[in-house]
Amino acid sequence: MAVIDAAVLERHGIKPDEYERILELMGREPNLLELGLFSVMWSEHCSYKSSRVHLKTLPTTGPRVVQGPGENAGAVDIGGGLCAVFKIESHNHPSFIEPYQGAATGVGGIIRDIFTMGARPIALLNALRFGSLETQQARRIFEGVVAGVGGYGNSIGIPTVGGEIVFDEMYAGNPLVNVLCLGISRIDGIVKGAAKGAGNPVFYVGAKTGRDGIHGATMASAEFDEKSAEKRPAVQVGDPFMEKLLMEACIEVMKTGAVLGIQDMGAAGLSCATSEMGSRGGVGMTIDVMHVPQRETGMTPYEIMLSESQERMLLVVEKGREHEVEAVFEKWDLHAVQVGEVIEGSRLKIHERGVLVADVPNRALTDEAPVYRRPMQEPAWQQGVQRLTLDDLGAPPSAQSAFDRLLTVPTIASKRWAYGQYDHSVGTNTIAQPGMSAAVVRVKGTTTGLAVSVDGNGRFCYLDPHRGAMLAVAEAARNVACAGGEPIGGTNNLNFGNPERPEIMWQLGEAVRGIGEACRALGIPITGGNVSLYNETEGRAIFPTPVLGVVGLLEDASKTTTRTFKQPGASVVLLGDNLGELGGSEYLATLHGLVAGQPPALDLSREAAIQKLIVSLIREGSVESAHDCSEGGLAVTLAECAFNSGGIGVTADIAGVRLKPDTTSDVASGSDVASGSDVASGFSRTFSVNATLFGESASRIVVSASGERLDGVLAAAKAAGVTATVIGQTGGDRIRLSVNGTAVVDSAVAAAEQAWSTSIASRMAGRAPR
Amino acid sequence: MKFSVVVFPGSNSDYDAFYAASTVIGEDAALVWHKDTDLQGADAVILPGGFAHGDYLRTGAIARFSPIMSAVQAFADRGGPVLGICNGFQILLESGMLPGAMVRNDRIKFVSRLVPVRVEATDTPFTAACAERQVLHMPVAHGEGNYYADPDTLAGLEANRQVVFRYSDAAGGISPASNVNGSLNNIAGICNRQRNVVGLMPHPERATEAQLGSADGRVILASAVKALASLSR
Repeated sequence: MAVIDAAVLERHGIKPDEYERILELMGREPNLLELGLFSVMWSEHCSYKSSRVHLKTLPTTGPRVVQGPGENAGAVDIGGGLCAVFKIESHNHPSFIEPYQGAATGVGGIIRDIFTMGARPIALLNALRFGSLETQQARRIFEGVVAGVGGYGNSIGIPTVGGEIVFDEMYAGNPLVNVLCLGISRIDGIVKGAAKGAGNPVFYVGAKTGRDGIHGATMASAEFDEKSAEKRPAVQVGDPFMEKLLMEACIEVMKTGAVLGIQDMGAAGLSCATSEMGSRGGVGMTIDVMHVPQRETGMTPYEIMLSESQERMLLVVEKGREHEVEAVFEKWDLHAVQVGEVIEGSRLKIHERGVLVADVPNRALTDEAPVYRRPMQEPAWQQGVQRLTLDDLGAPPSAQSAFDRLLTVPTIASKRWAYGQYDHSVGTNTIAQPGMSAAVVRVKGTTTGLAVSVDGNGRFCYLDPHRGAMLAVAEAARNVACAGGEPIGGTNNLNFGNPERPEIMWQLGEAVRGIGEACRALGIPITGGNVSLYNETEGRAIFPTPVLGVVGLLEDASKTTTRTFKQPGASVVLLGDNLGELGGSEYLATLHGLVAGQPPALDLSREAAIQKLIVSLIREGSVESAHDCSEGGLAVTLAECAFNSGGIGVTADIAGVRLKPDTTSDVASGSDVASGSDVASGFSRTFSVNATLFGESASRIVVSASGERLDGVLAAAKAAGVTATVIGQTGGDRIRLSVNGTAVVDSAVAAAEQAWSTSIASRMAGRAPR
Repeated sequence: MKFSVVVFPGSNSDYDAFYAASTVIGEDAALVWHKDTDLQGADAVILPGGFAHGDYLRTGAIARFSPIMSAVQAFADRGGPVLGICNGFQILLESGMLPGAMVRNDRIKFVSRLVPVRVEATDTPFTAACAERQVLHMPVAHGEGNYYADPDTLAGLEANRQVVFRYSDAAGGISPASNVNGSLNNIAGICNRQRNVVGLMPHPERATEAQLGSADGRVILASAVKALASLSR
């Protein structure tokens, strides 16, 4: 028997104090297999040991919540006896090491979480972060990830309907791949990942177990260094065909009623599935690894238990009904084999050819995993980066040149290069195509639809993690509302650096606090999610990046809209207040190379009011288009309303914001720029114009409305306490923007749209855009 | 009439075709498992899109050996209308029911978007209700839709008017710019010599409701209904 010494513990990522706890829980020294079980189950990835105390503060209940956190996915009631089952999950570390397979298996993993609940997956979205496209490395990773996302989802026939992609140097060594899957189930058809009833057989079905992915969960719980590429064998290889068969077979087999519990084998593989199903059900489980189908010869129990081979499921079947389950799997040419059974008590007993090789209390692996209240410390640099003095910036660019430049910045430019590789029409439910504010899918057999968006601005969170996280919730919900969806549930993916550093832990704590506040104010329960830590390379962390996925309900899926102008001659209305806040903006980053200032202010009651307003305006059919203002501000928003509209232009005049003389971190609004005594110089005037056009104030939506409907829109806004300003008209073939009557931007829609829509393709082809 | 949609392991547009034929068009429809040998009284057969058997060898290469394919072949031999969509088209090519082959898209990448396609022949059971040279907007979603045939086969297809659909622009113009995947002669779909077996890469079943972006594909299914009605008259 192997001696467990410091080197063995280190290789397993187990700290000395954690080992003390293991000794206590076991009441004896563990053997190497048992240590392996603890290693993967107590990894950050599986145990959430650093984040758990914070996650517990999130709102997780509500009248529509069918399933909150703790299961394979969350679920919310969408009426008619149906529920939306959804969750977001990351596959960040594997995607850096092997972009195609890392992304592909990330998609595969989240799809399994959804159909494991008994739901049929109907849509995928992803939130992706890469380094600058000017670098070969970022282009290679971006190319591989997009191909992997498409390669898996396209094959299995679940449409990738939306998402967001951001490029920033901060993600160069740690790209983020967060994938959200949405499924539909009957509420009474939900199946949980809990074992029940001593004597019931435990079945294994799906791909055979190989040596791939051993310690994947442990890898995902450590920082990267120059040796990370050597960890490639820890990345699994996906087989979407196997997953397709498993999905169809599992959905079919769950309809028999003979399946009492089911769980996929994802991170920590068989170890996780056996211990979690047992502990959730308050029972024990015994298995013999010799029955586990194996792809390679000579695998040890350690390797079998820790393998993260993809496309495998564990099922607890009602005794006496095994043949019903076997028959369904046989139909799909899958072989379900009994590997063990549910036992009384609460222990996980692993055998090898009848010999007991591990015997662990299952709760020791799951509920009793360590929980850390790690020290938190605001970074010393935090307040410094929030200061922003325009005088230090040098001469501002003209509004026209800033506008032209921003449209081709990869973060703002059309993502058609990516979603053109995603099958978004399969399943015949996709109403809003990718590239709109939110994705909209209908629910067959009902009149309802679901709008979904994923959002998160890492730059805002870097400047202020609390406010940045609130803004992420607000933006995701606002995007859903802009498609006519009433936000009813959320899922979050927390992407942060090394939690053992107090600064990172402070970012995480602040961000979770912000998510909780915003979700409570907007009535959005968080029903599940994922935490990805250690997103650092050689000590340099990513921007703290909480990504929020929000699902919204449309009672009538035909009453939706998109960002694009629908006809000339409509009035263009800005809902909300244009405050000209440049802090953390794309404008500052792109035109001045600066990430600084305060992120935009957020008044949650105003945010709630504008979201309610837009949902009711869309339901009534009062507005023809609706688009949330975010990266690039009002000017980019107006341009995006013109893009994909068939060339409908816009002429708008916007009241200039007045900047405070010393700083733009706070601005006074509403005053005439030109007449302001403190903005006499052309220098300040240009900044004021740019802040007016490119500031990223929250809680703003641009809508278009025709004829007599305009008055209704203005009246409804007034009643809701939302500022509504008619800023222009649709029509013509140009984007003409003026500030206080002075023309500042004048571009042909066709040329601007061409630059915007081809920028990423040009960069990927190694050409400069334009 | 009754549409039978064959379900291969890996089919992913089987239910979409079933839904379009039944719920949208309002005809009878059945899903037929590939291990079955009976087409359940089909008046028309659809081989749907997907990646049958994983497409790990060549697209469609294994599916031709499925038990149901003998029944499909026999049905086609009797003149029964058979429509292969996307992967279904690839299966028809692999099984020899249609000539030619598919190779990787010329720009390598998977292509997914709504494209205009011009109807080149209205004397097939799946285009009988189309207008001459009608332009239909339907989604494509494939990685291997680049149609290839040797010069003699291609000349034969053109001479016999077996090209049923070509990638076009919205006005029906055919040019290299409107070719989405590098297919020879902009070919998006063809039929056999008898004209009852039709294969195409675009997805008519995904374009049957305006809410989803286009209802142009309905005419493909409606054509089968019309063709059958004129047959039985």
